[in-house]
Amino acid sequence: MSAVTLDKPVAARSEGVRRTPGDALVAGTSHTMLIIWSVIVIVPFCWVVLSSFKTSKEILSSPFSLPAEWSFENYTSAWTKAGIGTYFFNTVIVVGTALVLVMLLGAMCAYVLARFEFLGRRVIYYTMLAGLTFPVFLVIVPLFFVLQGIGLLNTLPGLILTYVAYALPFTVFFLYAFFKTLPDDVYEAAMMDGAGEWRTFFQIMLPMAAPGMAGVAIFNFLGLWNQFLLPVALNTDRDNYVLTQGMASFSSQAGYNVDFGALFAGVVLTVLPVLVVYLIFQRRIAGTVSTGTFR
Amino acid sequence: MSEPSTTMAWTAGGPSEENPWGVAPGRRRRKLTLDRALFMTVFLGLPVAVFVIFVVVPIGQALFYSLTDWTGFSPVMNFVGLDNYAKLLDDETFLKALRNNVLLTIVVPLVTLVAALAIAVVVTTAGPSTGQVRGLNGSGFYRVVSFFPYAVPAVVIGLLWAQVYDPAAGLLNGMLTGIGLDGFKDYAWLGEVRAAMPASMFVIIWASIGFYTVLFVAAIKGVPAEIYEAARIDGAGRFRTAISITLPSIRDNVQTAYIYLGILTLDAYVFMAALAPGGGPANSTLTMSQHLMNTAFKKSQFGYATSMGVVLALVTLLFAALVFAVFHFAGGRDTKGDVRR
Repeated sequence: MSAVTLDKPVAARSEGVRRTPGDALVAGTSHTMLIIWSVIVIVPFCWVVLSSFKTSKEILSSPFSLPAEWSFENYTSAWTKAGIGTYFFNTVIVVGTALVLVMLLGAMCAYVLARFEFLGRRVIYYTMLAGLTFPVFLVIVPLFFVLQGIGLLNTLPGLILTYVAYALPFTVFFLYAFFKTLPDDVYEAAMMDGAGEWRTFFQIMLPMAAPGMAGVAIFNFLGLWNQFLLPVALNTDRDNYVLTQGMASFSSQAGYNVDFGALFAGVVLTVLPVLVVYLIFQRRIAGTVSTGTFR
Repeated sequence: MSEPSTTMAWTAGGPSEENPWGVAPGRRRRKLTLDRALFMTVFLGLPVAVFVIFVVVPIGQALFYSLTDWTGFSPVMNFVGLDNYAKLLDDETFLKALRNNVLLTIVVPLVTLVAALAIAVVVTTAGPSTGQVRGLNGSGFYRVVSFFPYAVPAVVIGLLWAQVYDPAAGLLNGMLTGIGLDGFKDYAWLGEVRAAMPASMFVIIWASIGFYTVLFVAAIKGVPAEIYEAARIDGAGRFRTAISITLPSIRDNVQTAYIYLGILTLDAYVFMAALAPGGGPANSTLTMSQHLMNTAFKKSQFGYATSMGVVLALVTLLFAALVFAVFHFAGGRDTKGDVRR
């Protein structure tokens, strides 16, 4: 019996050697399929990067040809002439502010819902949960007039507040579960030491929830950076465009003489920041994703 | 809809609370001091105010507007009862869009989930049949790559693929003619009635598989390894293990994924608007959401447009209910629920 238990780690270590023909077959087929899939995912991106260095004429003549000269001209023209630069800064401002606000408000709301017992707690929680499943399309028209009514239509603050409102249910939903798991003793100890509710939250509970906050923040960042519908309907002033909306209008407005080179460069510029965030945080994303289930 | 998830990762650390609605344990109900009352008012009041103003109120208004003939630009609106809804039944374009959405909702989640499940199973449990149960070598690479598209804005994915599908200068036709399939020279993937919908579906599937792969990988990792080892000792092969062990163990995740994807395809606005802003040849890729946006912001029929929004919401709820029902009956004998508690 003890021999078996002792054997086990050894077997695990030498498993690379002890492969059956069946293993090799399965591994071979799986690798082939997965490599094909990876190629299908990666090739369009590589093609876009390649095309972003070509002139429109080169792009139209052949999809594969290498650019005659590698220049960043498309990037400068996308950044300045097509306004991608402005859209980029708008997006950074809107997404940055909305992210901070939604994390703060979401944490506050989730904290009270998770750790205090009071009348109407369930109602608020369930209403938030329902907000998670309703299609934004249902509210897009009234929302237009709500913003108009408070004078924030076509302004960045208006867009920021809307972003916050629509990212809030998701944020509360996830952080609720997180605050639930924090131990009560710490809270009691802080109270005993006379910290008061406010200090307890900001100096003790919030830092303890940092891992959960980070995961949710990454998802909110991706979601808000990629948001398209809300700005298209509520932010129609060209100077206030965000990136996604700017890209869409860039490709459609130019009509027949689309500057394809600049379009591809714009795609690269839009994708790059998100990709960097993703590659840095991809491990954490994999961890957080598992929490996104209605169970 | 359901209870909040106490997650695998999080429950592992602390005590899990399976019943968050029930009376909270112990000292939760504390004396209400002035400090505490102020704290709760501010902490709850601010977020709830934002939520009510921008989400709850508009939903209420939507329900009302859908019963009027409001044009949006004059304060005048007449109450028309259910006329808008009756009109929808005769609106050929809307019905076509509805059918397109239903088609999307049947095909896209199915293909995406089967592919994502297959990838997840392979990278987690299809490794060598000796030693520990584990995935293929190099599975981390596939996971990272396949999640890639999720990090890209949907509208950019649409634009990117519109270029790939471009009849003359696109990557796809370039490759197809390159390997000798000259029939595809100048073939308009998004311009042919027959090809436009499948081509659009492929884009959504392409964009979604990665996210659900990561979701399923995380779920499968939460299944105790002993179960897999036991199955292996009993002589179950990889396929049998995937069907009899993995799938039932992550049933809840599959159900959630199905609902998420259904919500995505019943909307599908961003992808479709970027691929074919006009709704495709003969409206073959027009979605309800596109039709709604046109009706509201181009034709100024706001009352009528909101009734489409209400129908969209109802269809979404119906879909979610259907998925719950199917999963409930398909797995009714499953005892996992008891095990978990």
